[in-house]
Amino acid sequence: MVDWTHFTPESALLGGLMIGLACALLWLLNGRIAGISGITAGTFTNSGPERQWRLAFVLGLVLSSWLWLMLAPLPVAEVTGNYGLLAAAGLLVGIGARLGSGCTSGHGVCGLARLSMRSLVATLTFMGVAVVTVFIVRHLL
Amino acid sequence: MQKHWFLSLSAFICGLLFGLGLLMAGMANPAKVLGFLDIAGLWDPSLALVMLGAIAVTFVAFGFSKKMPQSLLNTKFHWPDATAITRPLLAGSALFGLGWGLVGLCPGPALVLAGTGSVEGLIFIVFMLIGIRLVDYFQTRLSP
Repeated sequence: MVDWTHFTPESALLGGLMIGLACALLWLLNGRIAGISGITAGTFTNSGPERQWRLAFVLGLVLSSWLWLMLAPLPVAEVTGNYGLLAAAGLLVGIGARLGSGCTSGHGVCGLARLSMRSLVATLTFMGVAVVTVFIVRHLL
Repeated sequence: MQKHWFLSLSAFICGLLFGLGLLMAGMANPAKVLGFLDIAGLWDPSLALVMLGAIAVTFVAFGFSKKMPQSLLNTKFHWPDATAITRPLLAGSALFGLGWGLVGLCPGPALVLAGTGSVEGLIFIVFMLIGIRLVDYFQTRLSP
């Protein structure tokens, strides 16, 4: 059943367009795929200018809420789970994204946008497993 | 100014814009992401629209770039060259989905959340970085 009270079509679409614009600009200006896990990993494995633009991109993400705060109060972020669960989930996401060569941005947005079959398989896999995980946690446990 | 400073400046602006987009979309709120993944409960379809909007704009940019000899800042277009559906791709994506489903955080929103000073976001990011480094460590050791 659709949760109409929490469905926010306008801000979702606008936010999506902004994310798309960020991916489009990084591609058209820098010739780079906006894959966040890959770029983050690359800040460790590269040096010089190749490291510098990656650090700049990650820094932009980290500081984005500061820019937001200059214009409006931050939206609510509700995190469920104790520190142990957050650590385990972080570890799984890090290992998984690196092993699977991408995450929601690299495969889910950029990969699907260039019609990559490999990214489609990756996206369906992580979406499917995430849906099953939420189902087990919320409805079976 | 040297070229790589322009590349870093544009990457910084793209990172900012990406983060603002995540905040606008509600994706920096793990509860909203879980609401999308919970198709058996009260389902919030917002995230589907986020993906749709983002993919549509990026799709146009990819199409546009095919007619360009190089990027606007004079670099080559780094098209990903891997096409094979491999076991690491499937296993990695499955592990990623498990972690994503457990708390509703993936790398981008987690970096944004950590930037707000959220302890939860910081813990997630520290362990995510450990995970990334672990894979790189073992992959460089195991491959010739």
